[in-house]
Amino acid sequence: MSENYVPKSAVGKWFNDRLPLLNLIYGHLLPYPTPKNLNYWWTFGGILTFCLVTQIITGLVLAMHYVADADLAFASVEHIMRDVNYGWLLRYIHSNGASLFFMAVYIHMARSIFYGSYKEPRELIWIIGVFIFLLMIATAFMGYVLPWGQMSFWGATVITNLFSAIPLVGESVTNWLWGGYAVGSPLLTRFFTLHYLMPFLIFALVILHVWALHVPGNNNPEGINVVQGSQDTVPFHPHYVVKDMFALVVFLIVFAGFVFFVPNLLGHTDNYIEANPLQTPEHIVPEWYFLPFYAILRAVPDKLGGVILMVSAIAILAFLPWLDTSKVRSAKYRPLYRQFVWLFFANVILLGYLGAQTADGLFLIIGRIATVYYFAHFIIILPLLGYIEKTKPLPKSLSEPVLSPEERQMKAAASGISA
Amino acid sequence: MSEKQVTRRNFLYVTTGAFAAAGAASLAWPFVDQMNPDASVKALASTEIDLRPIIPGQSITVMWRGKPVFIRRRTQAEIDEAKKVNLADLPHPEKDSDRAQNPEWLVMVGICTHLGCVPLGQKGDYNGWFCPCHGSHYDTSGRIRKGPAPTNLEIPDYVFLNESTIKIG
Repeated sequence: MSENYVPKSAVGKWFNDRLPLLNLIYGHLLPYPTPKNLNYWWTFGGILTFCLVTQIITGLVLAMHYVADADLAFASVEHIMRDVNYGWLLRYIHSNGASLFFMAVYIHMARSIFYGSYKEPRELIWIIGVFIFLLMIATAFMGYVLPWGQMSFWGATVITNLFSAIPLVGESVTNWLWGGYAVGSPLLTRFFTLHYLMPFLIFALVILHVWALHVPGNNNPEGINVVQGSQDTVPFHPHYVVKDMFALVVFLIVFAGFVFFVPNLLGHTDNYIEANPLQTPEHIVPEWYFLPFYAILRAVPDKLGGVILMVSAIAILAFLPWLDTSKVRSAKYRPLYRQFVWLFFANVILLGYLGAQTADGLFLIIGRIATVYYFAHFIIILPLLGYIEKTKPLPKSLSEPVLSPEERQMKAAASGISA
Repeated sequence: MSEKQVTRRNFLYVTTGAFAAAGAASLAWPFVDQMNPDASVKALASTEIDLRPIIPGQSITVMWRGKPVFIRRRTQAEIDEAKKVNLADLPHPEKDSDRAQNPEWLVMVGICTHLGCVPLGQKGDYNGWFCPCHGSHYDTSGRIRKGPAPTNLEIPDYVFLNESTIKIG
């Protein structure tokens, strides 16, 4: 992988001799051997990197116009929308960018879950990914508070109040977070600071994520081990650079569709009303990407219990590599898991739907069943499947499943001769 | 090498490490404590309210420490309803007389003890307050009766300065 790279220009050579940075970039981006059968679900890593960079750049310029003070924040966002040159565009890219970032990360995680990418030897890549996801949640939540609309304010109130469920020290912890006795200016200022910081922490984790990925190399739709540099791999450039670019362009079409045609579709209209500490909106809903977790929080009739369950719903992901006891990675070769994994995805979408509804009557009952099923998938179904499921035979190479029987025979004969 | 001996060097390692750790820990406190409510926030810790304009059956909401406080001049029916409740039926048993210094005046923090929304007055199954966020019902004494909230609406510290003025905080 780290083939010796010799820069062509004299300046490049001079630089690389003193700091082999070009060597590092070259090794990871150009000849890096990649399984030859990666499908389009594998392009979301590149798309996510693009999302992160987009958020950092648009966020940087928005911060030049935004004022993090409870009396001025709402007006400064309106100022960005109306007065600042292209302010509307930058803000719409940033706010829709957050939604598309989550859309991409959920697809990326679903791919890993479907093809078993989190399994040995890639556990650490997955765990770093879970931490990236956690930081994304924190960053997105704090970012949503900044415009200081009604949903910002009451969302911040509900979520920071989760900490008051901690026994004994809950109240001191929430007052400490608020810097006061209720959500107000001190909280807004510190959220702004942290919202600015966290994307850079995410960026650092992304570097570790890719570094850890490049040790064993990519998983693939067959879920089998491929020998790096064998006929089963192709160089990352140009094969996957081009494929990633094409997927990115398609993604950008969707992105532009949101930004230019329905920029407020995924937001809540109440957030265009300035925060009012005396009036709670009729119906508080978080952004769509938090809805499944919000449904889990509300499924429990007990405050502390709800908070614990919601946190566990995310934390349990980190243990996935050990909860799934099957040695076979890809759902392609796991007839039972293949059905359960779709059931799991459907259940998460159902939870998301329930999170947007009022928590009473039938919705509450379904919400409770869906919550139980969410956890049952991880702590009952996955551990058991590894023992009871009869998996299909795995191919010996990536070529094998796509060869005709004659070709297969020829190949077997050829390898017999060479052996 | 076979037997572990405590040398002067071991001692120096441990003491140096301990001093560095204690120093770092003590220096960490200002960085943590700066987030706590500051002097200007604490300075706003009390509010005086004139009760004269409020007629029976009317409530006002005032701000105290950035939080809404409900002051309700209860009707006789509401007081009677609050008093006759059997304490054993309450998730968080408190007598009405412990919650209102003067039964006519109910003063409480208008923040749902579940997740901090502002409950709506004279709504819900118990004719008291109802939180629209996650459906907690409070009675005419602000006690939790139904829903996810764990405790009754909080009663702030307050004193009657005279017949018609109270000081909260």
